[in-house]
Amino acid sequence: MGLIFEYRQILIEGTIVTVSLAVLSLVLSVGFGLIAAFAKLSQSRGLQRLGNLYTTFVRSVPELVLMMLIFYGGQALLNDIGQATGLWGYVDVNQFIAGVLTLGFIFGAYMAETFRGAILAIPRGQIEAAKSVGMSPRQVFQIVTWPQMVRYALPSFTNNWLVLVKATALVSVIGLHDLVWNAFSAGRSNHKLFTFMFAVLVIYLIITAVSDAALRWVDRRYSAGVRKA
Amino acid sequence: MEQDRTFFEYLRDFSETTSPLDFVLIYDNLDRFVAGAWVTLQITFLALLIGGLIAIPLAIARAYKKPGLNQAIWAYTYAFRGTPLLVQTYLFYFGLGQFEAVRDSVLWDPILSDPWWCVMIAFTLNTAAYTTEFLRGAIETTPHGEIEAAKACGMSPWTRMRLVELPSAFRRALPAYSNEVIFTLHGSVIASTVTLQDLLGVGRWLNGRYYLAYEGFITAMVFYMGIVFLISLAFKYAERRYLGHLRPRETSEPGKSPATA
Repeated sequence: MGLIFEYRQILIEGTIVTVSLAVLSLVLSVGFGLIAAFAKLSQSRGLQRLGNLYTTFVRSVPELVLMMLIFYGGQALLNDIGQATGLWGYVDVNQFIAGVLTLGFIFGAYMAETFRGAILAIPRGQIEAAKSVGMSPRQVFQIVTWPQMVRYALPSFTNNWLVLVKATALVSVIGLHDLVWNAFSAGRSNHKLFTFMFAVLVIYLIITAVSDAALRWVDRRYSAGVRKA
Repeated sequence: MEQDRTFFEYLRDFSETTSPLDFVLIYDNLDRFVAGAWVTLQITFLALLIGGLIAIPLAIARAYKKPGLNQAIWAYTYAFRGTPLLVQTYLFYFGLGQFEAVRDSVLWDPILSDPWWCVMIAFTLNTAAYTTEFLRGAIETTPHGEIEAAKACGMSPWTRMRLVELPSAFRRALPAYSNEVIFTLHGSVIASTVTLQDLLGVGRWLNGRYYLAYEGFITAMVFYMGIVFLISLAFKYAERRYLGHLRPRETSEPGKSPATA
């Protein structure tokens, strides 16, 4: 315990990196998810196919493989393009940005399914009614679709968020100095890896428990006016 | 002329001229990837099998709210479901060596110092935690009528569990289990971070050895996609076989229906 306290600075820094990585990826994944959900629900066959391709592809490849491909492969690709076009010199892709992009891209596919299900759960008549009183597509989304979508999507959204938080641990493998990486290097120099890994587990459990409570609060807020069975 | 060339010559030509990927290299190392796939499948399915066997009694204890046991199992599943598999694996592989007692014990030399065993222990405990929770849900949602009917037939609790509750719970858990199988497969890539040569391990080795950026990862990715495809096919078959009674019944088209009504 004393050892952990001695290294609290490095653990806190790691936790901040992990949490900000998770939050930024979540924002990005909601963006990807909304676009993909609307693509899957659109009238156009091409967009539907594209959306399906995205969600099936991402959900069949392990996160770490995609992450490494985007981190190492993306860097090589950027530099190849830079060399071929002469537009930019050698670029070093930042691990944090690679992590946010990869996690956002991956969880966008899971979010897409969440949102698609939520949109389908809204009674069709409500959207028709909104259109018939002359609302613009923007207003339909803002006033009718979104508030209900949040409520229907929330359980699955909570689940995605918890999986996402746990997936952030993987960025330590591509060398980002997140919680796991920091704790690992501190533990290795002290030969006390069990103590440090256990501390990491506890910190993750705290993050999980806090977000569970927070999302339950959001759920109560958006379920105001829903009759409990 | 074109037809006379062998597949390999064509591949070499294609790799050298048009493609950004070196297919010859992949082709030459294909046997390593197959070996890696074998390691991946072995870890995944052994962990699923043992984890599943552990999960059954735990799920029953949770569903029947055995005092004391219920809370202990809940704490176990909560801890394992709330933390990353990567850290759990590190805890077993790197962490256990911290303790003198573990290093001196008989288990250390053949088991706890071996990455394969550590990965197996971590993965098994992880998948058992997830399986316990959804199996508990499936057992708890057994229709009351089925249990009452079993009681009315004079079945003992054990027989009832074996013949009525578990078979129907397994069926209900089947869709959730297909996700669990795929997640375990996805999680198995973590084995490559503790030096095991699974599919991703082979991919990383290939990239490191020849200083490449794509080939190893893309080949591993294609293998994973193939495995996921086969798993979902197997589950689609299993769902048709075991959940056939829940499928929407095909109705004959109106007008063409034979006048049986």
